[in-house]
Amino acid sequence: MDQPSTISRAIFEIMDTCLLAGKIMLQSGAETYRVEDTMIRIAETLGIPGSHSYVTPTVIMFSTNGTDPAKLIRIAERTTDLHKIAQVNLVSRRISSGELNVQEAYELLKVIEAAPSEYSVRLRIIAAAIASGCFSIMFQGSWADFLPAVVAGGVGYAASLYLHRWVQVKFFAELSAAFLIGLLAAIFINWGWGHQLDKIIIGSIMPLVPGLLITNAIRDLMAGHLVSGISKGADALLTAFATGSGVAIVLTFIY
Amino acid sequence: MLAQLITSFIASAGFGIIFNAPRASLLQCGISGMLGWMVYILLYESLTPVSASLIATVIVGGISQIFARIYKTPVIIFSVAGIIPLVPGGLAYNAMRKFVENDYSVAMELAAQAAMISGSIALGLVLSEVMNQMIRRVIK
Repeated sequence: MDQPSTISRAIFEIMDTCLLAGKIMLQSGAETYRVEDTMIRIAETLGIPGSHSYVTPTVIMFSTNGTDPAKLIRIAERTTDLHKIAQVNLVSRRISSGELNVQEAYELLKVIEAAPSEYSVRLRIIAAAIASGCFSIMFQGSWADFLPAVVAGGVGYAASLYLHRWVQVKFFAELSAAFLIGLLAAIFINWGWGHQLDKIIIGSIMPLVPGLLITNAIRDLMAGHLVSGISKGADALLTAFATGSGVAIVLTFIY
Repeated sequence: MLAQLITSFIASAGFGIIFNAPRASLLQCGISGMLGWMVYILLYESLTPVSASLIATVIVGGISQIFARIYKTPVIIFSVAGIIPLVPGGLAYNAMRKFVENDYSVAMELAAQAAMISGSIALGLVLSEVMNQMIRRVIK
């Protein structure tokens, strides 16, 4: 009687490890095929060949072969955290090479999950601000537009971060951030600080543009992950619509 | 031209920070973004923007594959920051502006172009991946 329960406990431990790895990767913005691939590969090296994982942006389902129950994890929040993707990838590699057993891997993944992001919020806002300034130059803006774009981009990115924490509705946070950027750019132009309104706004909204989501969506579609591709595409369209209409509100007052 | 080089490097590395890329890979993020942008600028006058971004993305993807091989990290870390300068944010903005100005025919044209460029970026990434797999198979 004792035998089957220990076996299924071992299987559950492996499943939990796979699911945790998949959860961290999906929440950090990894591609769908990479999440599925990593989970199946970890399961295989730990002794469950032929497992199935089905990943969409909001849910992970994982079943081992046979009569064991399948498991499901709901994903509510997704960000982009490349550092965590790299770390989970490293853990998966170490499992494959036999360096880590199930318990060690699970502990390590727990640490990765709880770790704060690589850079502080302040540093990310500064990076977004400087990147915004650079984008206004790259889109053929003049150097006079650099500083206004830095300020507007930094304020806009900070607003999107803090508003999202405050109201929990991503659409609203993005719309208000884009509105703020448009408003600031218009004010700067009014003060005679910067030449071209368009270049300042384009540069400053770049940190809010869902470029990664759009390309990930199309890649998922091409790889045959139709559900993920379409839902990521819808997410990207919603974000694009939010930023676009935020700026559009300002533009309607100007033109 | 020099200004474009420097700004595209800083912008891509900055996006590396926004996306929480590992500290050790920020330099490579900047380089892949800079290379992609350079190729795009050099080509988009003679070719169309769509094919220029396709070629630029294939190069970004190739560089990212090489970096991923060297540093043993997933490709996505380098390719994401690399394609950011190529994302048609300006076109999407102009399309939005034309919509607001009730100039729907021009707006649709710009929006379609933005969609085509996004598609070509994704296609470029997939192409570079396929090429990488083929090269690996040939070497083996």
